[in-house]
Amino acid sequence: MSFEVPEDCRYLDSHEWARSEDGTVRVGISDFAQDELGDVVFVELPSEGEEITKGDDFGVVESIKAVSDLYAPISGTVTAINDDLVDAPELVNDDPYGDGWMLEVDIDDESELDALLSPEEYGDQIA
Amino acid sequence: MSEDERDADERSESANSRAAQPRDSESSEGASSAERSSADHSSGRSPREGGETVSSDHGPDDRRTFYDQARWTESDVQYEPLLSEKDTTEVAVGGEESPLPDDLTRDSLELPGLSEPELARHYTRLSQMNYGVESGPFPLGSCTMKYNPKFTEDVAALPDAAVHPDRPAETVQGTLGLMYRLQDYLGRIGGMDAVTLQPPAGAAGEYTGVLVAKAYHEANDDDRSTVIVPDSAHGTNFATAALAGYDVLELPSGEDGRVDIEALEAAVDDDTAALMLTNPNTLGCFERDIEEIATIVHDAGGLLYYDGANLNALLGRARPGDMGFDIMHYNVHKTFATPHGGGGPGAGPVGVTERLAPFLPSPRVRETRAGDFELFEPDHSIGKVHEFQGNWLVLLKTYAYIARLGDPGLADASAKAVLNANYLAEQVDYEVPFGPFHHEFVASAGEQDAADVAKRMLDYGVHPPTTKWPEIVDEALMTEPTEIENKRTLDQLAAAFNAVAAEDDETLDGAPQRTAARRIDQVAAARTPRLSWQALDAER
Repeated sequence: MSFEVPEDCRYLDSHEWARSEDGTVRVGISDFAQDELGDVVFVELPSEGEEITKGDDFGVVESIKAVSDLYAPISGTVTAINDDLVDAPELVNDDPYGDGWMLEVDIDDESELDALLSPEEYGDQIA
Repeated sequence: MSEDERDADERSESANSRAAQPRDSESSEGASSAERSSADHSSGRSPREGGETVSSDHGPDDRRTFYDQARWTESDVQYEPLLSEKDTTEVAVGGEESPLPDDLTRDSLELPGLSEPELARHYTRLSQMNYGVESGPFPLGSCTMKYNPKFTEDVAALPDAAVHPDRPAETVQGTLGLMYRLQDYLGRIGGMDAVTLQPPAGAAGEYTGVLVAKAYHEANDDDRSTVIVPDSAHGTNFATAALAGYDVLELPSGEDGRVDIEALEAAVDDDTAALMLTNPNTLGCFERDIEEIATIVHDAGGLLYYDGANLNALLGRARPGDMGFDIMHYNVHKTFATPHGGGGPGAGPVGVTERLAPFLPSPRVRETRAGDFELFEPDHSIGKVHEFQGNWLVLLKTYAYIARLGDPGLADASAKAVLNANYLAEQVDYEVPFGPFHHEFVASAGEQDAADVAKRMLDYGVHPPTTKWPEIVDEALMTEPTEIENKRTLDQLAAAFNAVAAEDDETLDGAPQRTAARRIDQVAAARTPRLSWQALDAER
């Protein structure tokens, strides 16, 4: 089974992705992660304005199979969260890189993105 | 199953058991017995008509149970309706002037207006749609689902048992004396010096025990921040330690599923308030290094806490106090056959060693020099964790159970609990990766999904084991038959396990097919939970 690994994202080995868009960075979990978790039923996210730190947990995703911590791929300030996930956590399953996004972050240091796994490296990890 | 089939099964069973008896192979009786068995087998086991077929081949040793739970449906969705759905009658209320404001009062109420037989049928149907230890085997691992003997209910229903907790001590000497003896019994069973009966449940006992540990350290001006809990421990251990204000350090298990001594030595330091353990552990395996574990923890100034969840394996044979444990709670609903949970009153007594006794909750019961019984407050008591002396009627059932069994009976219970678990594991086709085990074993469903295995086992008329925990076993099936089962019911359980082990994913995905409630939509239940009856109303 092959999973979507978009070229415009960078990845953490714990299956979070980060993508730079219009001066902000979006964060979510990968197609592989949503598939492993199964049906997502709840997502707990930080509030706008909170600081997240690369490698630390920033939230929780709960599926019918498991409860997992979410780890920050980058450090920065949360500028937006995806409110739609409150009522429709299934968006994480349906569209993990699109409507299932989780955070928008004002990144402290752009170079942190480069330190993440490339799509090729991440693709090899989950292969 | 039709009456005919059932009768045939019974004949076949009895013929088989006769045939299995040792006998002279040339005797005519033996030969005719075997013939009867064979004849009954071929005529009695006709294929089920219609519906899905549970079985394909029935050897003489096939003990698979055929099961259909009572089920009432309307439009194929609804089970037994709520009383309010059966009938509502407008009943006028009030009449007299109410002292409450007008907008808080009403003139009438809608109440179910049902006759007694309608009501009796409602509750009977609900009970038939349920499954309990009085329906069949219930090997829910770690939960010790013993049968609760009825005589304890009789004892608790005695008029003399109904005592108001505020009555003066001199008027309730019998009650206090019984509590005192129960403190003593539990202390001797666990090897503890002092016992409180007050905590109202197992987890409440755990919390009480950790508060006692905390109070002890504080009294010694010893600032300790951490409680160590093995990764295979009960979830309540982590929660208890956190609720008591401690940092929780998770200890990885060793390769044999037991405490890894090196990991423990690395984890323990002068911040260690306590190590929480159960023994035998969650895999049913005895922590053989318990004395060394106790030394490591004690040398660092920490305390050793015993989770009483698995005490049923040790009854009358080994005592946590002798292993070096300082504090323990007793799950009386497990070990001593009082009713399990359900949100009702429970009891989780806590025992401690001498040095911790002054910190126990207040009040406790003691004997005076004159031989009377009185309540007293321990010198450095952590205070109250529940009203009065705890849930007295539950404690009374505990007492009755212990007194009825006595020392030989308790030792017999643990022996049979261990024997039953080991016999069952031997019959089950699933792999059991860790051993030797005592009162329970954790099998692995391997490539199958343990939750689906559990659902499918329901179709064979048995309660499934605990699933997917502990996580150190893949697709865990944690199984504890307890001492109450006999060989016949253990064989029935094994047959259910093995039937499911041989089935394909499609069958498992569709299970259960024979129960009152069928496959639950777990996603919908988690995403849009109905948390009260109002949610049902809102959907209509």
